[in-house]
Amino acid sequence: MTMTEPGFRHTVRLTQPTRRLLELFLIVCGWGLGVLGTLQVGWTTGEPLGQRFWITAAVVGALAVVAHLVVRWRIPYADPFLLPVATTLTIIGLVMIYRLDVAAAQSAERRNETPSTPDVYAQLTWYAVATVLFLAVVFLIRDHRRLQRYTYTCGLFGILLLILPLLPIIGSTVNGATLWVHVGSFTFQPGEAAKILLTIFFAGYLVMTRDSLAVVRTKFLGVGLPRARDLGPILVAWAVSLGVLVFQKDLGTSLLFFGLFVAMLFIATQRRVWLGLGAVLFAVGAVGSYFAFSHVRVRVQIWIDPFAYAQDAGYQIVQGLYGFANGGLFGTGLGNGYPQLVPFANTDFIVAALGEELGLTGLFAIILLYGVLIERGLRTAVAVRDPFGQLLAAGLSITMALQVFVIIGGVTRLIPLTGLTTPFLSYGGSSLVANWIIVGLLMVMSHRARQPVAVQHSEPDALTQVVPITRAK
Amino acid sequence: MSRSIRRIGIVLIFLMIALLVNISFIQVFQGDKFRSQADNKRVLLEEYVRERGPILVDSEPIARSVDTGGELKYERVYPEGPMYVSATGFYSILYGATGLERTENDVLSGSSDLFFFDRIDQLISGRKPKGGAVTTTLNPVAQKVAWQGIKGTIGAVVAIEPATGRILALVQSPSFDPNKLSTHDTEAMRIYYNDLLNDPSEPMLNRPLVTTNPPGSTFKVVTAAAALESGRFTPSSLVPGPAVYDLPGSTKTLRNWTGADCGPKGMVTLIEALAQSCNTAFAWMGNELGADALRAQAERFGFDKAFEVPLRASTSEFPANPDEPLTAYSAIGQYDVRATALQMAMVAAGVGNGGIVMNPYLVQEIRGPDLAILKTFEPTEYGRALTPEHATQLQDMMVAVVDHGTATTLQGIMDANGNPVRVGAKTGTAQTSPDRPPVAWMIAMAPANNPTVAVAVMIQSPGEAEVSGNAIAGPVARSVLEAILQQ
Repeated sequence: MTMTEPGFRHTVRLTQPTRRLLELFLIVCGWGLGVLGTLQVGWTTGEPLGQRFWITAAVVGALAVVAHLVVRWRIPYADPFLLPVATTLTIIGLVMIYRLDVAAAQSAERRNETPSTPDVYAQLTWYAVATVLFLAVVFLIRDHRRLQRYTYTCGLFGILLLILPLLPIIGSTVNGATLWVHVGSFTFQPGEAAKILLTIFFAGYLVMTRDSLAVVRTKFLGVGLPRARDLGPILVAWAVSLGVLVFQKDLGTSLLFFGLFVAMLFIATQRRVWLGLGAVLFAVGAVGSYFAFSHVRVRVQIWIDPFAYAQDAGYQIVQGLYGFANGGLFGTGLGNGYPQLVPFANTDFIVAALGEELGLTGLFAIILLYGVLIERGLRTAVAVRDPFGQLLAAGLSITMALQVFVIIGGVTRLIPLTGLTTPFLSYGGSSLVANWIIVGLLMVMSHRARQPVAVQHSEPDALTQVVPITRAK
Repeated sequence: MSRSIRRIGIVLIFLMIALLVNISFIQVFQGDKFRSQADNKRVLLEEYVRERGPILVDSEPIARSVDTGGELKYERVYPEGPMYVSATGFYSILYGATGLERTENDVLSGSSDLFFFDRIDQLISGRKPKGGAVTTTLNPVAQKVAWQGIKGTIGAVVAIEPATGRILALVQSPSFDPNKLSTHDTEAMRIYYNDLLNDPSEPMLNRPLVTTNPPGSTFKVVTAAAALESGRFTPSSLVPGPAVYDLPGSTKTLRNWTGADCGPKGMVTLIEALAQSCNTAFAWMGNELGADALRAQAERFGFDKAFEVPLRASTSEFPANPDEPLTAYSAIGQYDVRATALQMAMVAAGVGNGGIVMNPYLVQEIRGPDLAILKTFEPTEYGRALTPEHATQLQDMMVAVVDHGTATTLQGIMDANGNPVRVGAKTGTAQTSPDRPPVAWMIAMAPANNPTVAVAVMIQSPGEAEVSGNAIAGPVARSVLEAILQQ
C-alpha cells in the first residue's frame, strides 16, 4: 500500500461485535414488509391470497433465515446490512412481480383468455437458487484472495460468456438485443455472470500492473499521459465494450463494462488521467456510435423527445413516465395503479411500476436501500486488507451502482434508455443469481476484514477498520 | 487506494442523488403535465375504476354505475333512459359530461371536499375511492306524466314547488338515451352522437332550461302583476278592450285573437281581460304602465338573470328600449320577450307563493359513499314580486282563467280525496317566426291560494292561435298538477 494514515494509534483488537442479531431483526422487517405488501395487493385487487400466499411467505422467510444462520456460522463478522438489504430488495421485487401477475390474470379473465403462467413462482425458484449459490460462495470461498489465482481464467471465461449470445443455435435476440443463451429449455443472460468474472479479472490484472500503469511519462499539452504501451488495457476494454454495443446492440452492458473498468483503473492507479482518458474514449465511442448505428440514434432521439414516438419506439418510456406521474408523492398504493400498462413492467421497467404504486417516497426508500448496499460494499473495499480484495470489493460495488444508475436513469429519462435489469428487483434468474453472488463475495470479504486479527502492524491499510474494544455478547 | 475508493464513492453518491432529483422532478413537478397528455390512458382508467355515485330520485337511482368486469370497470347506466335527461345529462368517455353529471362531478366522483374523512379512510386502507350520491328534488310521478305528455312533441315541462323552489319535474322532448352515450362501445357511441348532432329537432338541447321562446299570453300574468303593483288598478278595474287597438305612434293595429270586443262597449274588467286573454286590453295596459314598469316587474320574477339550479339556465329577457308599439307587443309576451319554461314556472309559482319568488333548485341532498347525508340544500328566496294582497288578487284572476276563461282543460281537477281543487292558470301562444310553428304555453298552479305545485308547459306545435295553449299544453299541465295534488 502506498498510503498510511498519519498519527493513528494501533490497537490490538480482541473481539468485534458481530451484530448478527441486528441482521436477523432487519431481515424480519423486510419479510414483514413483503407480507404486508402482498396482503395489500390481495385487499385492493380482490384477488384471494389463499394458502399459496402463506406457503410462499414461509419459503421466503425460510430462505432468508437459512442464509442468516449460515452467515452466523461461517462468516460471523460479515457486514450485518448487506444480507437484509439484498433480501428486502428481493422481496419487494417478488411482491411487485406478484402484483403484476394479478393484473395479467385479471386482464386475461376479462378477455376470457387463459391466463399466462404467473412469474412470481419462477422468481421464487430463482431466489432459492440464488440463495444456494450465495451459500456456496460463503462455504467455498473462505478466502477471496484465492480468486486472484484465477485472474486470467476469469477474464477468458468472462469474454467467452460475453460473446456466447452471438454464437449460432444457442444465442438468441430478444427485443433487438442479443443477450440470451438457450440451452434446451433453459435460458440465461451470460452478461450477468460475465459481470462478476470480469470484475475479478480487472481486479487481479490491475493489482499486477497498477504500478506501471501509474507511471506518467509522456506530457501532452501539459497533461501527463501514460506511456503508450500502457494504454493497451483501456483500449482493449474500450474495444470490447464497443464490440458488445455493435454486435449485441446492448448499450447498457457496454456502458457498464467500460465504466467499471475505468473506475477500477482509477482506484488502482489513483491517477485522474485515466478518468479523463476514459471520458474522452467514452465521448468518442458515444458520438461515433450515434452516427454509425441507427439503434443508438433511435435511443437518443427517444430520450430527447419520447412523446414524438409515443405510439411506437417511445411507447414504453412514455407509459413509464405516465406511471411515475400517476404515482406522485405517495403512490397509488399497491394494487391501485396501472403498472401493467408499461411493457416489460416486471423486468426493465419494474422501477416504473414501483414508482407508480409506492410513489416518490417508495422509490426514495428503494434507492436508499441501493445506496446502503453500495456504501457497505465500498466500506468493505476500504476495510479489506489486501489490494486485490480492495479492488474486487470496490469493483463489485461499482458494478451494482452503475447498473442501478443506468437502468433507473434510463427509465426515468435521465439518460438514454438502455436495457439492463434492476438488481434484485427485476424478474429474471440470471440477474438475481449474479447479484446474490456479488453479495456473497462482499460478505466473505467483509468477514475477513472485520475478523479480529491479533497483529495489525504489518497491514497499515487495515487501520480504518479499527473499532473500539467491545465484547460481543 | 482507500482514498480513490472514497472518491469513487462520492461520484456514486452524486449519481444516486441525480436519480433522486430526477425522479422527484418527474413524479411531483411534471406529474400534472403527464397526466394531461391526451394518450394517457391511466387518467381514463382511474376515472372509470371508481364507483361513481348514483343520482337519486327519492331513493331510486336514475343514474348509477354498474361493474362491467371490463378494463374500464364501471359503466354508467340510466334505468329510465331518456326520461330524466334534462336533469342527469350524460357521462361519456368521448364527449365528457353534461347536466348533473357535470355540475355534481366532484360529489359523484368522490373528489369533493365533503368527503374528507372518507378520503383519509381510503388513504389508510388503500381502497379505491367511491363516489357520493346526489339526491334530486324531482318527483318521480310528476316527471313520468310530464315525459309521457310531451313525448313525441317538441317541448319542455318544468314543475316547481312554489313555497320552496324545488324543481319537481324537468322534462325535454325530444330526448335521447343517455345509456348510448355512456356505453364503453365507443364506435356505436360515436355513430349515435353524430346522429343526435345532425337531428334537426335537436334532441340534445335542454329545452326546459336553455330554450327561450316568446311567452305569449302567459306573460299577461306579469303585465297584470305590474298593473296591480302600480296601485292604479284592481282586478275589477275597467280597462279598454276593443277588438282592434291602434298602436300609438304607428299606423299599425293589434287585434284580439277572437276578432271581437272583450266586453260591452269595448270595456272589460282586468280579471275578465286575463280570463279571456284580451290582447288589446293588455297592450293598452302595457303602454299605460310603460316599458320600465313592465321590465321591473319581469325582473322581480327572475327575468334578466341566469339561474343555476345548479345546471345553468338561459337568461329570460325583456327587451331593452321598446317604443310604444313594441311595448304593447311586449306586454302580451310577443316581440322580443323571451322566456324559458323554468322562468314561466317561476312566474306561476311566485304568484301562488304570496308574491315571493324562490330560487329554483334541483339538488336536495348530497350523501357520502356510505349514504350518510353530508349536506342538505335549504330553500332560498330570490325576492318579492308582489305584495301578498296583490298576489291573492292575481291568484284569483288566474283561477278565473280556468273557471270561465281560456284554460278549460284544467277544470274539474280533484285532489287525492276526490275534493275539487281551485286551479289558477294562464294559456299562451306565441309566434316566433313565420316559418316556425307557434309555441303553445300553459302555466298553472294549484291549489290556487296555497299551491303545492306550479307548472309551465311549452310545446312547439302548429295549431289554432290561442286555443293551442289550452288544447296542446293544457293536458300535460293537467296531468302534472294531478300527479302532485293526488299524492
